[in-house]
Parts: sequence; structure tokens; C-alpha cells
Amino acid sequence: MNKITESLLRVVSDFGGTFKGAYNVREDGGCAGRQSSEHIKLESKKDGPGLIIRVAPGTKGETVYIPACVTHGGIDDLVYNDFYIGEGADVVVVAGCGVHNEDDSEARHNGIHRFFLEKGARVVYREKHVGTGKGRGARRIDPVTDIQMAEDSYMEMDTVQISGVDSTMRRTNALLKDRARLVVRERLLTNGTEWARSDFDVTLEGEDSSADIVSRSVARGKSRQEFNSCLRGKNRCNGHSECDAILAESGSVVASPSLEAANLDAALIHEAAIGKIAGEQILKLRTLGLTQEEAEERIIQGFLK
Amino acid sequence: MDILKAEHLAWDLPDGVGIIKDISFSIESGKLVVVTGPNGGGKTTLAKLIAGIETPSAGHLFFEGEDITKKNITERAKLGVAYAFQQPVRFKGLTVRDMLELASGHALDDAHLCDLLGKVGLCANEYVDRELNASLSGGEIKRIEIASVLARGAKLSIFDEPEAGIDLWSFARLVETFEEVRRNQSGTLLIISHQERILNIADEIIVIADGLVRAAGPREEILPTLLADEKSPRCPLGKESALV
Repeated sequence: MNKITESLLRVVSDFGGTFKGAYNVREDGGCAGRQSSEHIKLESKKDGPGLIIRVAPGTKGETVYIPACVTHGGIDDLVYNDFYIGEGADVVVVAGCGVHNEDDSEARHNGIHRFFLEKGARVVYREKHVGTGKGRGARRIDPVTDIQMAEDSYMEMDTVQISGVDSTMRRTNALLKDRARLVVRERLLTNGTEWARSDFDVTLEGEDSSADIVSRSVARGKSRQEFNSCLRGKNRCNGHSECDAILAESGSVVASPSLEAANLDAALIHEAAIGKIAGEQILKLRTLGLTQEEAEERIIQGFLK
Repeated sequence: MDILKAEHLAWDLPDGVGIIKDISFSIESGKLVVVTGPNGGGKTTLAKLIAGIETPSAGHLFFEGEDITKKNITERAKLGVAYAFQQPVRFKGLTVRDMLELASGHALDDAHLCDLLGKVGLCANEYVDRELNASLSGGEIKRIEIASVLARGAKLSIFDEPEAGIDLWSFARLVETFEEVRRNQSGTLLIISHQERILNIADEIIVIADGLVRAAGPREEILPTLLADEKSPRCPLGKESALV
């Protein structure tokens, strides 16, 4: 892999010079390294770009890394990765993406991840996105995550976009069976003229299924963000979605929550709050010796932690 | 030596109504001074003027002999003024540990965190990793606010009604903590309070009503008059009794 990829990997996927266990590094649309483990097998798709990742039933405590990097303009990388998580497995998936562009033409990564969790499977999915480089060409990352969750399965998504991504369109769709639980913690930071949109469409089909989606975002400069969530309760279930956004300078955020209940025992809640940093918060930190600017940075840093 | 001196301080609302009309006093270093008086008399405004949160319309403030009237909040904090808000603010994303480390200016080990939170009746194991958000009760957030000021170890620590929202047991611990600070000569305390238990540990008491200093002096001199006023059918100091 090239030096830019190495540098991006350190930011987005805890890369310390090597990966331990199963991994696949995608660089500019090609494979820059792959390894399967005894319980986690990675193989190329035969019908298009992407991977099939199979986690054996009962696999515990393993991590699979599938970061993707685009290191120059003129690349439009599209990849389809399918994850089959066996019954009772409990694993971590690290799927960061970095796009570096010093050129005038656009650099884009579009990762479409499909998850199939079998009964009782548990996945912690970590996804960090960053854009770097000073080229005039845009840095775009457009991830799609489709999740099918069988009975008693659990998935936790921890996603963060740090900075430098000019445009992102994030889509997350999930279908939950009985007692399945989905937890999402999303954090988005946009600046300058960046644009970000995040859509969630979650169907709680199974009895006692539940979802908890929390999106925190900061829109600085003249950046724009859109948050759309739709929680559908089709059974006795619990759903909660929350959008908290901080505006700074001339940033703007649109939050459009939607709840659909088709069962008397579907308990669905949405919360949304958009506003500037509370003046009292800044005052408190200034009484601790921070300047106005330091206080604002610390509040945003904590908010997006 | 005086750590703080106020000369003819005044502060008006935007519509011109005077909240602090003409207040002068001085506080000796290492003392525990309690400011008391009727609600709406200007006590919290006075505290905010000292911390730099509000700017006086007239008068001067001196800290260790230096005129700090024009210094902002950050500058005063760096000089050694700390302020515990009467109604603490909540933060999404900041933990109790984050707040105490920001206050102290450096990383804190578990023993230090335990000591700080113990001073306000909280167990560090249960609280250090909790966010300062709506999941904490009013009393919990208040105690953490007080702990954040204790963590600063400032030359002058101002506590605005520290008793508000705190249960009796934690309050008793807090009174001990204030006495410890004085005993160890680890700072000057300015406490705004209506509580007799806090008035009872004061070195000096300043009574403020209607934006003016109505009485000031050693506890032995001022407290008996306050207690006598409390028993009278109408408080001669102002609108209501100073003791609650």
C-alpha cells in the first residue's frame, strides 16, 4: 500500500503498521492486502467488486478490518461487501474510509455494506470517515449499510465523520426480528461548504425488538446537514431516535424525523434539538480559565466524542 | 492582606433599574465570608460581578491589590477566582472526569477524583465516567459543580447557594469541606447562603439587601442580629427574613 493509504489507515482504522487477524485493505479500488483468520473468511465476490465476509457461528472476541482508501482524484470507487455473521458470534468490524485528493477531479468512495446477522449474533461496527488533501476536486464518501437482524441479535454502530469530506450521503436501513436490538451512535462534523445527509430507515418487525439511534452533529462555516430518520414499529417494540445538532457560524441543519406505528404496543420516540452552543456552557468553561475559543472547541470536542 | 476589595460597585438592568446600587467591602485572605440577605437583594449579581460574568456600571474591584474591574472571566479565573454557579449547566459529551480535569488543569488519578467527589458526598466509582447531562439529578449536578470549583484550588472560591438542591447528608459533608479549606488555609471562601449552618461557620458575614450592604462584620457580631430579625414579625432589613 502507498504512504497516503498508510497515513489514512492510522486515522480511520487504528492501523499501527499491521492488522492482527482478518483484514482487507482496499486502495484506489484495488486490494492492497488481505488475510482471513480461522473463523473469519474473506473472499472476493464473483459478480462484482467487493467481498464476502463469513464469520463462523460462535466466533468470539475477533475483529475484522475492512478499511478503504482513495488516494487521488479521478477515482470513483464502488464496492459491495456482504457480511454473514454466524449464530452466536460476537465480533467487531472496523470499516473506516479515508479519501485524499490533491487533484482537480473528484475522489469518491461508495461502500455498500450488507449485514446478515443470524440468531443471537452480536456485532460492534466502527466506521470512521475522513477527507484530506488540498486539491480542488471534491472528496466524497457515500456509505450504505443494510442490516438484516435475526432473533436475539444485536448490532451496535459507532460511526463518525471527522473532517474534510466535501459531500456525504449516508444511508442506513435495518430490519429487526424478535428481540433484536440495534444501537447507533453517529457523529458528524462539517465545515466550510461541506454537505452531509444521513438517512435512517429502521423497521422493528419482531416482537420486543428495539432500536436506539442517536445522531450528534456540528455544522460550522457555511456547511449544511440533513438528518432523516424513519422508525417503523410493526410489533410490540421500542424505538428511539435522537438528533442533536450544534450550529456554528453560518452552518445549517434540517432534521426530519418520522415515526410509523402499526401496533398498539409499539413505543416510538423521537427527539431533535438544533441550536448554537449554550452561552452558559461557554461561561462555565471560561470560569475554569479557558478562552471563549478554547471553550467552544472543548464543547464541540466533547459533544462529538 | 485583602484578597478582594469592592469599591462603590453598581450594576443596573438594561431598563436602568439598579440591582447593585453602591456596594463596598473587603475580604481578608484565608477567611470564610458568607454573603446573605433577602432574595432579589443582589447577592448573585454581586458574585457574577466578582467572577467577571457581569460588568459593573460603576465602581471598582481589586484582587490582591490589582484593579480587575476591566478583566474578563478567563483572566480573572487565571488570576485565581473560581465560581460555582447557583444553577449549574449541563453538557452533552463531557464527563464528570472531563470537567474535574478541566477545572484542575491536568489529568487526575482515581485517588484524586475520589477525594474531590468525596468532599461533596459522591462516590467516584459511580460518577467519573458519567456525562454531565440530563441523566444526573439536580442535586448531583450541583455537587459536581461544587467539586469542580474545589478542584481548581483557587485563591478565591465563590459558591452561590451551595445548599440549593442538596440533601441533608451531603450538605453536612459540604459544610465540613468548607471548614477543611479554611483550616488548611488553602484558599478564601465567599459563600452566598441563607443557611444557618453555613452562617455558623463564617468568619465574617455581609448582609446585602436592595443592592446595598446593610451590615458587615464578624459572625459573632452580625449573626445574633440576623437571628433576632428572623423572630421579629417583619424583617427590618428588607422584604423578607434573611434566614430560611
